Amino acid sequence: MRARPALLIVGLAALAATPLLASLFDQPFYIDLLRRVMIFAIAALSLNLILGYGGMVSFGHAAYLGVGGYAVAILAQQGIHNGFVQLAVAVGGSASLALVIGAVSIRTSGVYFIMITLAFTQMLYFLGISLDAYGGDDGMRLAARSDFGGMIDLNDSTVFYYVVLAVMVAFLYAIHRIVNSRFGMVIRAAKSNEARTRAIGFSPYPYRLAAFVIAGAMCGVAGMLFVNHTAYLTPDFMHWTRSGEILFMVILGGIGTTVGPVLGAFVLLVLEDLLSGWTEHWQIILGPFLIVVVLFARRGLAGLLSGREPHD
Amino acid sequence: MNAILFVEQTLNGLQFGVTLFLMAAGLTLVLGIMNMVNLAHGSMYMVGAYLAVAATQWTGSYVLGIALALVGTLVVGVVTELVALRTLYERDHLDQVLATFGLILFFNELVAIVWGRVALFSDVPQSLSGQVELLADLRYPVYRLTIIVVGLLVALLLWYVVTRTRLGMLIRAGASNRTMVAALGVNIRLLYTIVFGFGAALAGLAGIMAGPIYAVQPGMGELILIQVFVVIVIGGIGSIRGALAGALVVGMVDTMGRAFLKPLLGAVISPTAAEAAGPALASMLIYLLMAVVLALRPEGLFPARSH
Repeated sequence: MRARPALLIVGLAALAATPLLASLFDQPFYIDLLRRVMIFAIAALSLNLILGYGGMVSFGHAAYLGVGGYAVAILAQQGIHNGFVQLAVAVGGSASLALVIGAVSIRTSGVYFIMITLAFTQMLYFLGISLDAYGGDDGMRLAARSDFGGMIDLNDSTVFYYVVLAVMVAFLYAIHRIVNSRFGMVIRAAKSNEARTRAIGFSPYPYRLAAFVIAGAMCGVAGMLFVNHTAYLTPDFMHWTRSGEILFMVILGGIGTTVGPVLGAFVLLVLEDLLSGWTEHWQIILGPFLIVVVLFARRGLAGLLSGREPHD
Repeated sequence: MNAILFVEQTLNGLQFGVTLFLMAAGLTLVLGIMNMVNLAHGSMYMVGAYLAVAATQWTGSYVLGIALALVGTLVVGVVTELVALRTLYERDHLDQVLATFGLILFFNELVAIVWGRVALFSDVPQSLSGQVELLADLRYPVYRLTIIVVGLLVALLLWYVVTRTRLGMLIRAGASNRTMVAALGVNIRLLYTIVFGFGAALAGLAGIMAGPIYAVQPGMGELILIQVFVVIVIGGIGSIRGALAGALVVGMVDTMGRAFLKPLLGAVISPTAAEAAGPALASMLIYLLMAVVLALRPEGLFPARSH
């Protein structure tokens, strides 16, 4: 369950040192890249909560990324730049959406669950495309980055970087606490044996739904950060391939591990960046890579690093 | 909204429905028999469309081009099954979703390398171009009528194969209890490969016929793929009958929604609001339909599997 603490500390220290090194060697590009990595790591972390610990294969996690993004961009266009208000709307919006989607889809399981979460996200994607007032198909520029009242200036690339890092670490810790709480035990128990969980007196449904809503809200925060990062909003935030990418980050890093999603996001996005710098047709390499990972590295990178069998 | 327009849109819905059916038939069998979620099914649709364009240009004959493209898609399907998908049958759905997602990236890029990213437009052959007067004032493209006829013929053929032949018996048996079929000495792996290959060829056929109507471009398979998943979830996984019913329902609802939702809404709410809401609602309609069907009948309209 736990990756080696030393590794975690080294990793976080490296992330914390990156802006200093990048400015030292005059390579601001890496701040940008790693910020993007960490934003997706947050999204992947939230998916891991329901996928890795709850066994819910949501193929529509990009929906909450989109809600977070649209909440900020629409408010900004209306002239509301206050980051706290935007955060409240982004979290509230994505949590309510997760409540609706979860309430319907958690009643199903297996392929049906995968398909219904995908279907809901498709609906939102098409809704995004038809919102002509907010960019429609082409998307729109973010009027201004979220304003946190002078204390934190997201227009400063380094400050923004540390904000994202802080959110990621906070979420890592929060998920660690959730998973090891009584609530988390029920979620994990329902994943490994639903019948026994019922037999000892727990109805999994409300617990699963609560986890689904928490994950949605967390991913909404990722969406808010992402739209601030790109400073541009498109319906592609919610494209189904985006959901697939987040799903893959979790698997690549190690499903149901604490830091796995962060590793997965890092490796996938850095690999994408390297490959796309090398050839325009990088997806022809990424595709088979994905297949090979699924076929042969079943426990993901975190599994390789810790060298222990996962026990669930 | 007048009667002529309504008939025309009905035919369009039917045409879209049979295209969906050709895709759904293979996908629902693969899902029903092998318990395999295959996202790469849309890639077979795309491969079929591209091969048809290429083979038609190469041979100069439409019939020969189509035949070559069908065989080609069949081969691509069988090779994909043998190389990549075979090992996935025992895995859970998550692994299958991801691995076939990888296949999609691969095929989209492969097609982009060979034919470029720009959309190709293939021509309708001379003999099928033009329009025919069905009713007074209703002229309808011959090509779309041909698609409807071919689709319905294939549905009939599939019905015959599934219900009247030994292969069909095995397919049905596999859909209801594959362990038992294997225990009775049937070479289930070979059966899987055959089903997968022909499923791919049917998807290829859908792509071949869709080519002249929609643009042939990388990624063309994905949009229809998701709609096809809606079809088989509505119809009931593993059921050909369900696939046909689901395809026709989804084809109709989608086409009718796009044609008539905006004017209908315009009659109720203000025209400007309808202008904005109509297209959005029309795109979302089939997903709403799926959510409703799943809420009322979680196994779909015609569930195949007997527990």
